Amino acid sequence: MSDFLKIQGLQARIDADGTPKDILKGLDLEVPKGEVHAIMGPNGSGKSTLSYVLAGRDDYEVTGGSVTFKGQDLLALEPEERTALGLFLAFQSPVELPGVNNANFLRTAVNAVRRARGEAELDAVAFLKAVRAETKHLSMSDDMLKRAVNVGFSGGEKKRNEVLQMRLLQPSFAILDETDSGLDIDALRIVAEGVNSLRSPDFSALVITHHQRLLDYIVPDRVHVMAHGRIIHSGGPDIAKTLEKQGYTQFLEAAA
Amino acid sequence: MTQNAAPALEAFVARAAGQGAALAETGLPTRRVEAWRYTPLRSIADTAWQKAVPLTTETATALLDRLVLPETGARVVYGNGQLLNALSALPEAVRQASENVSPLKGVFSATLNTALGERGLDIRVPAGTDAGLLTLVSLSDGQDVSTHLQHRIVLEDGASLTLYDVSAGEGRYIANPRFDIVVGKGATLRHVKVQRESLTGTHLAIVSADVAEKGEYDSFTLNQGSSLARHEAVVTLGAPHAMAHVNGVQIVDGQRLNDLTSMIHHAAPDGSSRQTVKTVLSDAGQGVFQGKILVDRVAQKTDGYQMNQALLLSERAQINSKPELEIYADDVKCSHGATVGALDDEQLFYLRSRGIAEADARDMLVRAFLIDALDLVFDEGLRDLLLRSMMS
Repeated sequence: MSDFLKIQGLQARIDADGTPKDILKGLDLEVPKGEVHAIMGPNGSGKSTLSYVLAGRDDYEVTGGSVTFKGQDLLALEPEERTALGLFLAFQSPVELPGVNNANFLRTAVNAVRRARGEAELDAVAFLKAVRAETKHLSMSDDMLKRAVNVGFSGGEKKRNEVLQMRLLQPSFAILDETDSGLDIDALRIVAEGVNSLRSPDFSALVITHHQRLLDYIVPDRVHVMAHGRIIHSGGPDIAKTLEKQGYTQFLEAAA
Repeated sequence: MTQNAAPALEAFVARAAGQGAALAETGLPTRRVEAWRYTPLRSIADTAWQKAVPLTTETATALLDRLVLPETGARVVYGNGQLLNALSALPEAVRQASENVSPLKGVFSATLNTALGERGLDIRVPAGTDAGLLTLVSLSDGQDVSTHLQHRIVLEDGASLTLYDVSAGEGRYIANPRFDIVVGKGATLRHVKVQRESLTGTHLAIVSADVAEKGEYDSFTLNQGSSLARHEAVVTLGAPHAMAHVNGVQIVDGQRLNDLTSMIHHAAPDGSSRQTVKTVLSDAGQGVFQGKILVDRVAQKTDGYQMNQALLLSERAQINSKPELEIYADDVKCSHGATVGALDDEQLFYLRSRGIAEADARDMLVRAFLIDALDLVFDEGLRDLLLRSMMS
């Protein structure tokens, strides 16, 4: 149970114009099966780096530590293998793919993951049925399926498209990297509902956010405070409220 | 290294039986000739090219079976430079003509074709007639042989024709077709070309098109075969409101070289031309794009657009891109652009993070790169056919 997601002493750096810059400096974190955890922290604390390293982006060099996911060495897997295993990253800034039709992209992704998980592929009709059911829940127009992936999408539409992908790929562990940024309150509710309805004993999530606001809608089991590339404090959901009122100073001072 | 390919020329000239003079004057261009600077012809020098022997219907049928071709419309098949009657029929509306291909000076592919020409299509679409779809298949098969088909296509005023022009074959050969095209007033010729020659073949095609008032020459070329291929188009918009599209896609892998060269000559007012060319290069593939737009002083209100983009998938691949605008009129709108790039790592990671394997993710992005050129093929059916042909 406790070995669902386990990060130990994780260190990672990025090449910044020729000089390596350490960003994660010995990060420890566990997310048990069925729990939703939140990470909060000031800008530059390494929150997004953590999400990219977990998803397998190769511009980051892992220089120490380990990550096990469902008993496997996550860092040894290709990004697509991690997704097949059940990991999903909702991007903070989803990339635009001109010339790639959104519906074709979604179907290709869904069937790639289904194949990798030993499930039958969905034909065009079955896929369309599945995707229509989801877009309706997320208040997305059919038009967004016909357009190129994220091209000309508003900030809110991009985030909804991320949640749509998450729901279609049925992950067991989702990382939401500032999914609330750029959302108005209605969109935030829709997105939160999209996440909450996945909550089950078989679904875990790591919600990365700046704001307490999102955590009013997606109530986490635990909240971690991140600074300088490490988790410096962990506690219950009420930490988020303390942070909102008093800022990070007390945690930073306590950790210093 | 052979700078001047005398042996090859002699072989050609001997074959041409008296017509060799024009070729001898020009010779085989070396890389010092600007038009051939990026496309060296030394691979065809030093070979005593022979006239190809006629193909049997059986051999031709076997070659045809490997191609992705339209199911509808009329079809004409040439094998090693000769019409295969048993496999050919012209569209009903088209008239057989008997006209000579007009000379085209200073273009090597045309000179070679003139010297050794074999009679190809010679047709006329009567005024106001839509002749529908004609598939032209030119097959080559042999070792050290060459074919030099001469096609003349005349669209009378208000006529229209769609030409789906496929070249393919097996062995080591030179296919050197020439298209002499006349588009009458208000007429439209849509020319979709698929070059899928043998990977040891050489393809040197030259198209000249003269477009009359409000006429349209709408072309798309897929360059995806041959060890060395140049498709060259010389389009003259010689009367007001004439229009040309000279679009294309090149897919070059291995050690091959594919070249799209064009000259669009605005010789009258109010003409417009559009050109989008995309080249994808992998391995040690080499791509060449040379696109010239010439606007005469009389050609006021010309509207010209040219875009060429290359995607390099390997560090050994190479693109030589040479856009040229030569404008003598003072009231024109001409824009052009060129880009060279690699696949975007962020896009690739995004696709992979959605469970799509790296190779498939790359394919998706390559296809996405090509799509806005392919979308310029006017007919959805032919566009699908092209896509299938591209993937086959």
